[in-house]
Amino acid sequence: MKTIFRLVIGSLFLWINNVNCQSEMVYIKGGTYTPLYGRDSLQVSISDFKIDVYPVTNQEYLEFVKEHPKWKRSKILSLFADKSYLINWKSDTELGDNQNLKAPITNISWFAANDCCQSQGKRLPTIDEWEYVAMANEKMPDARRLENYNQYILSWYEKPKTFNNEIGSSFKNYWNVWDLHGLVWEWTSDFNSVLISGESRKDVDNDSNLFCGSAAIGATDLMNYAAFMRYAIRGSVKAKYTMKNLGFRCVKSIENNN
Amino acid sequence: MKRLISSLKITSLAIVTALTIASCGNETKESATNKKASVNAAAIVVSGTIDAELTSPPNVPKPVGNRPAKKLIVNMEILEQEGTMTDGTTYIYWTFGGSVPGSFIRTRVGDEVEFTLSNHPDNKLPHNIDLHAVTGPGGGATSSFVAPGHEKTFSFKCLNPGLYVYHCATAPVGMHIANGMYGLILVEPEGGLPKVDKEYYLMQGDFYTKGANGAPGLQAFDMKKAVAENADYVVFNGKVGSLTGDNAITANVGETVRLYVGNGGPNLVSSFHVIGEIFDKVHVEGGSLINENVQTTLIPAGGAAIVEFKVDVPGTFIIVDHSIFRAFNKGALGMLKVKGENHVNLYSGVKQEGIYNPEGGTLQEMPDDPNAKKVVVNSNKTLEEKIKSGKDLYTKTCFACHQANGEGIANAFPPLAKSDYLNADVNRAIGIVLNGKTGEITVNGEKYNSVMTKQTLTDVEIADVLTYVYNSWDNNKTNVTTSQVQQVKNGH
Repeated sequence: MKTIFRLVIGSLFLWINNVNCQSEMVYIKGGTYTPLYGRDSLQVSISDFKIDVYPVTNQEYLEFVKEHPKWKRSKILSLFADKSYLINWKSDTELGDNQNLKAPITNISWFAANDCCQSQGKRLPTIDEWEYVAMANEKMPDARRLENYNQYILSWYEKPKTFNNEIGSSFKNYWNVWDLHGLVWEWTSDFNSVLISGESRKDVDNDSNLFCGSAAIGATDLMNYAAFMRYAIRGSVKAKYTMKNLGFRCVKSIENNN
Repeated sequence: MKRLISSLKITSLAIVTALTIASCGNETKESATNKKASVNAAAIVVSGTIDAELTSPPNVPKPVGNRPAKKLIVNMEILEQEGTMTDGTTYIYWTFGGSVPGSFIRTRVGDEVEFTLSNHPDNKLPHNIDLHAVTGPGGGATSSFVAPGHEKTFSFKCLNPGLYVYHCATAPVGMHIANGMYGLILVEPEGGLPKVDKEYYLMQGDFYTKGANGAPGLQAFDMKKAVAENADYVVFNGKVGSLTGDNAITANVGETVRLYVGNGGPNLVSSFHVIGEIFDKVHVEGGSLINENVQTTLIPAGGAAIVEFKVDVPGTFIIVDHSIFRAFNKGALGMLKVKGENHVNLYSGVKQEGIYNPEGGTLQEMPDDPNAKKVVVNSNKTLEEKIKSGKDLYTKTCFACHQANGEGIANAFPPLAKSDYLNADVNRAIGIVLNGKTGEITVNGEKYNSVMTKQTLTDVEIADVLTYVYNSWDNNKTNVTTSQVQQVKNGH
């Protein structure tokens, strides 16, 4: 009897996890923070929202593709993804031999990530939402001034092939969110709103918040090399690009009736 | 229209005249020639297309000779990969073409370079390239910013001859350079540079690691040290020992050697020097100005120099950054091995040895009859006294090469600590201190091929210093006596 009960509970969990991209979410209490770009006085307000605990996995994305055939590799329009889309999959519905079901999905475009989130009533996080959650370490909501926080992220940049590690293998932060640093880069809805021209030393001259240079006068924290790199990678991609080290997770706004 | 042109002519004539008046005649003439060259370079028509030959250091591609200007196709791949910094220490290098420095590009004035930069899909970061040889915004950086798994193509015309640095200029710029993203591009003048016998490619760089110099294992980049400009490694061609031992560059007596030397930085300026050579010619800062008979040439971070010299005598010539602790303690040391006939009229080697005893000095005069007095002096010393005096001698005489704890310097100077070679044969060790040593030896499994000069120490001093060495750093505690030294000296 007990065994059957366990089985039922177990399969219930399985079912929950298997519905595409329908992963567990946690509540993030909004607030204000100072982004990397802009002046010290420039604070950004973040409303309350919910965020996926883990990046979307290979398995979850596989289910999504099965239900939404237009995102199959053979069907995808070249407008929505470049030639590396799901490049390591064996077929439209099979992962590659060395790919881990529980590793984050990568080699997907912004369009694909965006649609996957929308298909479950969610959306991609904004840069500010993502950065707001990701500036936490295990204990503090804003750990950006800590040397070991930056060092941890920089050391990830130096570890090869982390895209094939299982979700939940890096660390759980202050908000109970896993793997913001340590596995893959993640898409944001407005990734191209902070543009880097590619000539990072020149971006200093740009008027809006288009900048990135490490020598930039406008940066609030010149030691935050990790953040500079994230802005650089966001500036280097286009919405149809796919990369081996770039995945995503979804967020959900909280309706505020007051 | 015609009037406009002629009025322009008059204006420019006026400007030129003003310049002539303002500066001395010689200079104006020179700058006018330079101006003419670059104007002509823009007008050079290319004929045909070739693929560029790219080489990893210390090699350079074939000279352009008198080939006409062409469209030159350059394909360069960016790889982020683990490599060896020094024995037992590795580092994640970011590279242009898989080597540090990146592949050498050789072009001529008037070439149209079509440059494709590919960022390997396994890489984590976007990159770009700023070539100092490019006339255009960002030196190509703007046009070449490329995400992992993608490629970008842009083209430029080589207008100014010279040796130029290229590097990555993606934020954080300092970190991309600190991880090895730099190299050299040579733009030869029409007709090429004068022919020489040997050409090599060297580039200095400074590295900042989490652990101190020599700390084992995979070492991460240390941002704080980089900002403080406190380098753990200063090396040629990306690693300690890239140009020593079997990796040394070579030449034969009588040949002219040309070195294309760059400095990637990110921080440190190089005082480039080859011990025992004088540069016959230096293209100062890689440009058109040629200086002659130079001992040490300064190479700025993000700059280069072309140095040329004829090698007249055989031997091993040590290449260093003459900010000398970088050479002996941080790795900025390479070797040029020259083979051939000795020319004693140019360099004699040691002709005669004697004792220098300045008035009031503390040096002991070596007695005419060593057997008489010396033994007596020695017999009074306890082991502790010998070790103490040996330690002082070691610090004065041996320390520079064999280092404070006898650890030596990888690929250059063998260790004395826990040294199998040392412990195996005490008479051999005495002989080496007495007579010097050249040629290959194997110490603790590593091969060394260096030169140790004859040491001008007294027999007592040799006994003391060797006793100190044998009684330190896990060696076999031999107590070397003066009579042992004398036996080796007199006997064989």
